[in-house]
Amino acid sequence: MKSYIEPEFIVERDQDKCIQCKVCVNQCTYETHYYDPEDDKVYSHDEKCVNCHRCVVFCPTGAITIKRNPTQYKENSNWTREAIAAVKNQAETGGIILTGMGCDKPYYTYWDRILLNASQVTNPSIDPLREPMELRTYLGAKPDKLEFDLESGNMVLRTRLAPQLCVETPILFTALSYGAVSLNVHEALARAATEYGTFMNTGEGGLDKKLYKYGDHIIVQVASGRFGVSPDYLNTGAAIEIKIGQGAKPGIGGHLPGEKVTEDISRTRMIPIGTDALSPAPQHDIYSIEDLRQLIYALKEETDYTKPVSVKIAAVHNSAAIASGMVRAGADIIALDGVRGATGAAPRIIRDNVGIPIEVALASVDQRLREEGIRNKASIIVAGGIKNSADVVKAIALGTDAVYIGTAALVAVGCTVCQTCYTGKCPWGIATSDPWISKRVNPDIATRRLVNLLQGWSHEIKEMMGGMGINAIESLRGNRLQLRGVGLTDTELKILGIKMAGD
Amino acid sequence: MKTITALNNPYSEDKVIDACGLFGMMDLTGRRFGSKEPVKAISNMHERGNGLGGGFAIYGLYPEHKDDYAFHIMYLNKESKKKTDKLLAQNFDVPQTEEMPVNPAANVWNPPVIWRYFLQPKKNRAKNQSPDEYVVQNVMRINMETGGAFVFSSGKNMGVFKGVGFPEDIAEYFCLNEYEGYLWVCHGRFPTNTPGWWGGAHPFNILDWTVVHNGELSSYGINRRYLEMYGYTCTMQTDTEVMAYALDMLMRKQKLPMEVVARILAPPLWIEVDNMEPEEKHLCTTLRQCYSSLLMNGPFTIIATHNGEMIGLTDRIKLRPLTAGIKGSMLYLSSEESAIHMVSKNLDSVWSPRGGEPVIGRLRSMKPIEVSPKVRK
Repeated sequence: MKSYIEPEFIVERDQDKCIQCKVCVNQCTYETHYYDPEDDKVYSHDEKCVNCHRCVVFCPTGAITIKRNPTQYKENSNWTREAIAAVKNQAETGGIILTGMGCDKPYYTYWDRILLNASQVTNPSIDPLREPMELRTYLGAKPDKLEFDLESGNMVLRTRLAPQLCVETPILFTALSYGAVSLNVHEALARAATEYGTFMNTGEGGLDKKLYKYGDHIIVQVASGRFGVSPDYLNTGAAIEIKIGQGAKPGIGGHLPGEKVTEDISRTRMIPIGTDALSPAPQHDIYSIEDLRQLIYALKEETDYTKPVSVKIAAVHNSAAIASGMVRAGADIIALDGVRGATGAAPRIIRDNVGIPIEVALASVDQRLREEGIRNKASIIVAGGIKNSADVVKAIALGTDAVYIGTAALVAVGCTVCQTCYTGKCPWGIATSDPWISKRVNPDIATRRLVNLLQGWSHEIKEMMGGMGINAIESLRGNRLQLRGVGLTDTELKILGIKMAGD
Repeated sequence: MKTITALNNPYSEDKVIDACGLFGMMDLTGRRFGSKEPVKAISNMHERGNGLGGGFAIYGLYPEHKDDYAFHIMYLNKESKKKTDKLLAQNFDVPQTEEMPVNPAANVWNPPVIWRYFLQPKKNRAKNQSPDEYVVQNVMRINMETGGAFVFSSGKNMGVFKGVGFPEDIAEYFCLNEYEGYLWVCHGRFPTNTPGWWGGAHPFNILDWTVVHNGELSSYGINRRYLEMYGYTCTMQTDTEVMAYALDMLMRKQKLPMEVVARILAPPLWIEVDNMEPEEKHLCTTLRQCYSSLLMNGPFTIIATHNGEMIGLTDRIKLRPLTAGIKGSMLYLSSEESAIHMVSKNLDSVWSPRGGEPVIGRLRSMKPIEVSPKVRK
């Protein structure tokens, strides 16, 4: 059947600059570029281009420009190119349209409509280059109070806290499963987390044995497919996360196609080579909140109560009530993933239409837990849509303890958010299990880039805190008076628990 | 509640912002003394206030009524007094009550009617409720339900005198030269966003706990939300109020000593904690993990007092001043050193406590305690 879909992008090659070196031909895993020996020229199949910029960055003479196809359908606010192409695609295939990364629509982002405060006159701002500025954060359950014994005149602390995770900056690497991303990416995340004093999350695909040595800075995930879950695995991590849902695809499972299940991935995931790795939509031993409690305590038993257990859910309409139940079920950490959260592969229709923005979910969960007097019983980590350090500061002021970053970490490594991770052919060597393409990520360089990102954001967070006259991150956490909204309705302000700018 | 919140924060801002001068002096032997020196000292720091608030707390004030709760209550209208008197008569035995003696010639602004009561909680209260809890509950009710009454102080053998004016004028108005106590705390206020109203002046009191405060807490938003989680209602919307409630929760309810509380309100820096001996490191780390939302961030100096104890504390990087001095059995705490020299020549010692290190004076404990982290870089 002839496809009626026109190319989304046009590759323009300046033939005066092109030296026929074929770097683009070799770099493009989608086979967009080809060399014609008769003409001694390089040409492109525009329809194969995903606009990932691999060729643009690596072309030694800067000969390539990628443009949006200037040929557009008649202007229409409803029937956009995306809407028309989607219908044509489904008419030609009869399938679900897949995509990668997070929701790309603009209208769900609240961070950009929230502004931060700074000290003037009545209260000095603090210069982080000259004064201490503390970002250290402990994640885990805290008691209502500490109790002491009086022993021969000395106060002796009797209370023992539940296990805690210590992060030197309130930024963790979110769940990116091995299989969805390459081993080199996993290694870089683990090494960067170790170097900077934070954590990487394995995602649901297990952990290669080579990375067990970074276990002190790894959160191991247990998801519905239970891939790679073993006593060794659980005891290797510093914490365990039960994955109930994911912001990019709340309520549905996952599917790693058999062709991606190579020998290494088969060993780590503990499934035969070449078989599809199917994660069921729900965890089939959790159909209710009391079932969650059983799994939480089964994992705590297995690890002798030495590790905090996190429960991750997609931010949905009743997040506040669900989170309250999770805390009462024994979760030490609640991870919330908003509608803009990314994925290696999800149906586009789910990604863009299911779930709620992380800002409102966080605001309502934090407030509810406070109203019920149990906010200290669990820490909160939010994910899904954190794209710079100001988002981190705003999230903490709204009430989270720390944030997970996924897309930002991958962009640091090279990702350009072209949204075709699901093909497994990532030209940047990130979202792939192909051993040849994976080599494009050098773990040493990727580690450096990730550490630099954490450092840059941490410096910026300190500058913003100093401006507010705050020198410890815990004085920012939940301190919504440091926030003001612009362009928000009364209801939005009320749910976010912040005032309008100028008020 | 609306009335008081609206009075105290008429523009409904995030909170009330002010800065101040503080002075405290305590005779560690418990000997009582008059108003001359404390008033002289605080008036020496005239420039630190702007005439929109001054106040005093005096301990050892009513020895003849030392077992009664002494209520100082201000009334904005007759109706609120009627309601308050009814509420008090229902819930307390009232051995004595009188209108506060004042000097109307003093230079103060728009004084309200102020009454003094000595009270004993009725025996028929709920069995598991301590007298202190009972008093707190009634104070909250008077403040919130009577629409114009506000309790200045409610402790035993102590009292708070405060209002709109410079501290020396307030002292004259309340005829403080007729009173004696072993511990005086004085305050001159410089509010920026509230017109003066008498209840908004410092000291801030509940039971015999009193706080005077100079500073602005950048952490107010979270301090307040944390305290609200444990049932406190912040009607005044001031830093002083959250400071007082934090002390009430930690010291009265959870019975933690000041040495520990100081490390919650103004904890040592992590770089210091990391270099401590294991036991101390464990203590400081655990305190900060558990009570991180009570870290008071941003500039503050407080003088917190209750029967038998006076505590001076600044924020951990000391963004507001505090000087301490000793002469014989007298312990002085002051925003400015000059105020101490003004009333006491030839001090035995005078020093500036480091940020986050409390100075604690205890009755009949002749040596003031200065708590400092063992490891300092």
